[in-house]
Amino acid sequence: MVKLESKIPDGPVDQKWDRYKSTQKLVNPANKRKLDVIVVGTGLAGAAAAASLAELGFKVKSFCYQDSPRRAHSIAAQGGINAAKNYQNDGDSVYRLFFDTVKGGDYRSREANVYRLAEVSNQIIDQCVAQGVPFAREYGGALDNRSFGGALVSRTFYARGQTGQQLLLGAYQAMSRQVKEENIELYPRMEMLNLVVMDGKARGIIARDALTGNIERYSAHAVVLATGGYGNVYFLSTMAMGANVTAAWQAYKKGALFGNPCFVQIHPTCIPVHGEYQSKLTLMSESLRNDGRIWVPKDKDDAARIRKGELHPTDLPEEKRDYYLERRYPAFGNLVPRDVASRAAKERCDAGYGVGTGLAVYLDFKDAIERLGMEKIEAKYGNLFQMYEKITDDNPYEMPMMIYPAIHYAMGGLWVDYELQTTVPGLFATGEANFSDHGANRLGASALMQGLADGYFVIPYTIQNYLADEINTPRIDTSGEAFDQAEQETRQQVEKLMAVKGTTSVDTFHKHLGKIMWENVGMSRNKEGLEHAIEEIRKLRGSFWDDLRVPGEADDLNPELQKAFRVADFLELGELMARDALDREESCGGHFREEYQTGEGEALRKDDEYAYVAAWKYEGDNQPPSLHKESLHFEAIELKQRNYK
Amino acid sequence: MDLNLKIWRQKDRQSKGSFVDYEVTGISPDSSFLEMLDVLNEQLIEVGDEPVVFDHDCREGICGACGMHINGRAHGPDKLVSVCQLHMRKFKDGDTIIVEPWRARAFPVIKDLMVDRTSFDALIQEAGYISVNTGNAPDANTIPVPKKNADLSMDAATCIGCGACVAACKNASAMLFVAAKVSHLALLPQGQIEAKERAKKMVASMDALGFGNCTNTGACEAECPKGIDLTNIARLNRQYYRAKI
Repeated sequence: MVKLESKIPDGPVDQKWDRYKSTQKLVNPANKRKLDVIVVGTGLAGAAAAASLAELGFKVKSFCYQDSPRRAHSIAAQGGINAAKNYQNDGDSVYRLFFDTVKGGDYRSREANVYRLAEVSNQIIDQCVAQGVPFAREYGGALDNRSFGGALVSRTFYARGQTGQQLLLGAYQAMSRQVKEENIELYPRMEMLNLVVMDGKARGIIARDALTGNIERYSAHAVVLATGGYGNVYFLSTMAMGANVTAAWQAYKKGALFGNPCFVQIHPTCIPVHGEYQSKLTLMSESLRNDGRIWVPKDKDDAARIRKGELHPTDLPEEKRDYYLERRYPAFGNLVPRDVASRAAKERCDAGYGVGTGLAVYLDFKDAIERLGMEKIEAKYGNLFQMYEKITDDNPYEMPMMIYPAIHYAMGGLWVDYELQTTVPGLFATGEANFSDHGANRLGASALMQGLADGYFVIPYTIQNYLADEINTPRIDTSGEAFDQAEQETRQQVEKLMAVKGTTSVDTFHKHLGKIMWENVGMSRNKEGLEHAIEEIRKLRGSFWDDLRVPGEADDLNPELQKAFRVADFLELGELMARDALDREESCGGHFREEYQTGEGEALRKDDEYAYVAAWKYEGDNQPPSLHKESLHFEAIELKQRNYK
Repeated sequence: MDLNLKIWRQKDRQSKGSFVDYEVTGISPDSSFLEMLDVLNEQLIEVGDEPVVFDHDCREGICGACGMHINGRAHGPDKLVSVCQLHMRKFKDGDTIIVEPWRARAFPVIKDLMVDRTSFDALIQEAGYISVNTGNAPDANTIPVPKKNADLSMDAATCIGCGACVAACKNASAMLFVAAKVSHLALLPQGQIEAKERAKKMVASMDALGFGNCTNTGACEAECPKGIDLTNIARLNRQYYRAKI
């Protein structure tokens, strides 16, 4: 059994971070220059970390698979970023943000980490404004806020529907300044394919240059993985096409434990699936639920007529509409957390009340337009409405939007301690790539907060506690045995993928895997389905290695080979997710086991048995992984069933 | 929909490229342009050919990775979209569609429709930021910003760095890209301190990187998927002149 040392500092929850900072080890400026840090990924967590570490004086090597760091998928986040500023004077506080996040995560996150997150949230807003992030403002010149799901206060800062873009550009610009100062070396179009562990410590990576196909070695005193989430295991998701689990998965295979892999978030407001050829799903920001009202027809016959096109939704009178979230959850209404809203949409559609293809519900702005006027709605949501219209050819100012849940975020990820260090010394994981802050469900506008908190304000401290013991380690030589072996493993994988020479494309396998995952490891799960999924994934993995076709050459620009690498790892991750979901015999947050629900169909948590983080350890290709548990202790918050009624 | 495609195929930077004809059938008008290319690529893989290479990632119009000339227009015939948000309903059954990479000296072709836009990163590295370190920022509401300026700044900041402005310009100038960054930062009090220097450095860098001069004809504005307008270029010019006087 691996002993999972969470390294939570002593003391009351609101003093832990201060105590940590005042007692941790630091590295002096002259020594910082002698220490290298690899940061993989340039989203909020990666770019913020790279910039901040470089500003401190460390020598940073930054990698991304995109052609520019500015394109990392944080850029697509729309709605906003939470902070406990209480500028609205509506009763917000650090404690409340902390409480809402733990409750929203259905009490499956680590209290100490979440408190720290809430604590540094305010500094993030200060930092971003200083960088020139053009947040929305009120007429008096002060920052504006809006509300998001799972909260009773307005604490979300935003830049139209492009908050992620603006925050990422802020971090990217900070990074660019350090590139100019020669403290960061940029490696775009480089994909990490292996982790190098030397004498038990992470000392480098093996990466493939996408343009040349060269397999290259890079070394450092510490490695930070900020490689995002694994939602693309479902093929259709709101993730970028290239988003993948490979870096994290290779770290898992080198000894880093994987935490809560079955916890994924299904976002309630996405544009519904429209055809087999579809490559991705587009999110409509949760902020729309501030003003939009979600409904389906009260009567199944009306729903059927709408689906057939015999009845126009705007002609359906008010009393024949079922605003089911307002009906079921009067206190939070349309702003219940994402997992609750998603399940409620699925429940209505499964019961035959869906519109569109049958797998869609309405998000209606009629009342908001009447109340606020067209102009205000356009100012608030214009770019989202435009995006919706471009995709669907429907005008949401006149016709209610159609939405359906879709895979959006992975709460699970590499297991990390309070210092964001994995079980491999010197290997850190930040942002969506780690498991730590969102429990079983993430609240809206909290992903941006976590990415930047980890990157700007946590890792620059905690990594020093590790690096302080490395000041006598000279720059790591890449010619050693550990590098030879890791490079060899990667080369073998390339050869293996190229050698199959079968008949089926990577995408075909990926779509098949996605279907298995969505049907069995999706919005609701049961024992039979999960066991079936494990069997199906194994079969699919077999045919992948029998019948895969990768055209082109290995030592050339070859996007199919890049995809093949990613899908090979997804085919293994999928099984681990199903296994984790099978093991967790309770419902919590995004993990809904049909066998465990209340009489009213709400998630039934079992705190006595399952208040733990499930951390899985790789035991070899033909061995089942072993499960290790970190018990969760709640000192500042009382464990309760969530109630949004 | 059935379509005839004429797509630019080029093996690498050094090789000479040419148009190759392809046919795709049964394309849904609701699919995106890139999804149509996915269908083509699946066909190519099936017969053992190499798929057409193009950059793409978020497929929701915000990362700026995708970009190509379609029938001579940057990002194709629709307004205010990048290629990933261009839908096939904008074409007619039986159409012939010509697809080419961005053509600009500062964006050399890497392969097929993929070009090298690292010169944009180089422009930002030159001075496209506010020089502030993590951790020393005052409270966010200390300096009020007029809503109007914040909104104008946001208008400029929505640039996705796709390169359509350069590709559409007959001089392959990066004026709109540079102007958007200079405006975004100069319109905020935090960015004013370095505004003149920023304009000066970025313009010099633009020349050094091989971008052409502004034509003042506004093709960039017409093709920008984010609708960034020419007043930003006027603002850049003003900053630049002030810096030079």
